[in-house]
Amino acid sequence: MQTSSSEPVLVLKDIRKSFGAVTAIENFSLDIRPGEIVALVGDNGAGKSTLIKIISGVHAPTSGSITIEGETVSMASASMARAHGIEVVYQDLALADQQTVYMNMFLGREPVNRFGLLDRRTMISETEKLVKELDVRIPSAHATIRDLSGGQRQGVAIARATRWASKLILLDEPTAALGVAETAKVEAIVQSLKSRNIGVLIISHSLDQVFKLSDRICVLRRGKQIGIRNMAETNKNEVVSMITGLN
Amino acid sequence: MSLANDQNSAVTVARDERLKKVSTLTALLRRPELGAVAGLVLVTLFFALTANPAMFTLAGIMNFMAPAAQLGILAVGAALLMIGGEFDLSIGSMIAFAGLVFGTALVVWQVPLSVSILVAVAFAVFIGVINAQLTMRTGLPSFIVTLAFLFILRGLTLVGLKWASGGATQLRGMKEAAAGSPLAPLFSGDAFPGLFTALAEMGIVDTFPNGTPKVPGIPVEILWFIAIALVATWVLLRTQFGNWIFAAGGDPRAARKSAVPVARVKTILFIVTALCATLVAILTVLDAGSTDARRGFQKEFEAIIAAVIGGCLLTGGYGSAIGAFFGSIVFGMVLIGLTYTSIDQDWYLVFLGGMLLIAVIFNNVIRKRVTGER
Ligand SMILES: Nc1ncnc2c1ncn2[C@@H]1O[C@H](COP(=O)(O)OP(=O)(O)OP(=O)(O)O)[C@@H](O)[C@H]1O
Ligand SMILES: [Mg+2]
Repeated sequence: MQTSSSEPVLVLKDIRKSFGAVTAIENFSLDIRPGEIVALVGDNGAGKSTLIKIISGVHAPTSGSITIEGETVSMASASMARAHGIEVVYQDLALADQQTVYMNMFLGREPVNRFGLLDRRTMISETEKLVKELDVRIPSAHATIRDLSGGQRQGVAIARATRWASKLILLDEPTAALGVAETAKVEAIVQSLKSRNIGVLIISHSLDQVFKLSDRICVLRRGKQIGIRNMAETNKNEVVSMITGLN
Repeated sequence: MSLANDQNSAVTVARDERLKKVSTLTALLRRPELGAVAGLVLVTLFFALTANPAMFTLAGIMNFMAPAAQLGILAVGAALLMIGGEFDLSIGSMIAFAGLVFGTALVVWQVPLSVSILVAVAFAVFIGVINAQLTMRTGLPSFIVTLAFLFILRGLTLVGLKWASGGATQLRGMKEAAAGSPLAPLFSGDAFPGLFTALAEMGIVDTFPNGTPKVPGIPVEILWFIAIALVATWVLLRTQFGNWIFAAGGDPRAARKSAVPVARVKTILFIVTALCATLVAILTVLDAGSTDARRGFQKEFEAIIAAVIGGCLLTGGYGSAIGAFFGSIVFGMVLIGLTYTSIDQDWYLVFLGGMLLIAVIFNNVIRKRVTGER
């Protein structure tokens, strides 16, 4: 099921990443089109989070190329990925624990008024609006992240990413800490990104979720890319055996 | 974009009823500077009861505000850096080193005051950048890197002073060299002398028998101190850079992932602390007219203590500049206040250590109460 024939937002070619003696990723190639949802699956330590960090500029790949909308880029920092319209929900969420929800929502790109001062009112009202739209249940935009539950934090991280993404969103186990209702909500949010024509790369350990949401599925095992399947042409048994290497 | 609402109204639940509204009192207790304000009230009460009433006359207040200001300029810089997650133990030695550079420019090279200040500032920026780069590049704790510079700068000052003065460990003649410069009133003496004379004539402030006011003006370091504390507070609370200081200190990894330029923020903060030390050096050198190798000895600890009393956490990401302001005043009050009492002045150090412990314990207890942690 190819959703779109337009130019891919992201093309990864022969990506390789080693940390000293450990090769976390090798020969990884993938492209993601606008409005396409691609799932990345694999066992613990397979290299999924590492791959996301390479795309977002946290890690530089040891070799290989990253192309965004036809332009080959070398991501040296998170700010470059942001400038390209890429947003990430990291596995560790990357929220500043001691700061408020609204500050986190805008951390690194705070709106300022014409005197260069922080525009708290805009931050707070936009945060409240967004939190309501996405139905993230937090005490208030003023709450400190440290005081929130794990699921609420995840909600904030997802809200932040959807607020800013314009081309691509990378989700590293976005529903890991969520209850049933909240998971359903996040899945709805992911599907709505599709209608905004945003590409999605989602990591999940739940094959049910992967089969419900994605257009394609990409399997990693111990840093090696085992294969990419169109959702219509595969089934859970095949994916499980690809993940584990057992038949 | 109305995303989840319509598709998922079935799972939408009413607001969580367990959420309590945060009271104004709790919000107040959360402020980091609470401990310093409480400490200031306590110390003021203590001296109001035990000290000679002269302590709280205008002249007495200027007496303790002057040392408070010299420490406070350092402490506000140290507080910003601590909130940003780093320490600078080299600021005490930096005072001596900056004094040497400034003094050498002024009396050995005999360049104008303005140029001497520029030279000292340039050295401060350089030292700040070195401290920052070493900390960032090596990944070592800034505690260790700046501890090394505590010794290096003190040693360089000794060597440099001998070279500049031809063998002595003191350099003299700055007052004369700076006299007449249009910049001199900014860095030495008292501000608003006209105002105080006028107030004296109106009988509002105390005067000597000959009619001149007992307090000839506000010592300039006090004005610098207040201005720096206000600017630092404003930067912390109202600007994007201030927000980045909190983020860089609280969780540098999250900050980096959020595209906050953590290294740049910290570099600027190291430069700011070195500049604060340089300002103190210029003020004290012009005041004394000389500089020596022991200047600023142990000031780094006093500055950090004032910042901690002011609510800064050693782990970074939390604290306040106005807290360091109050913390420094507590310091000045205790140092000078003891001379207004019958208490032996050498209790000062005991008092200091005690204040530090009480402040830290107090801050911890309050924070845990407020956040409900254990
Ligand atoms: N910064 C690093 N330094 C050294 N090794 C690393 C680093 N980051 C990841 N690794 C290693 O790379 C491998 C892949 O890690 P990664 O976090 O990408 O796994 P993952 O697929 O996300 O696993 P999980 O499902 O548990 O989240 C692991 O062996 C890990 O130890
Ligand atoms: Mg992972």
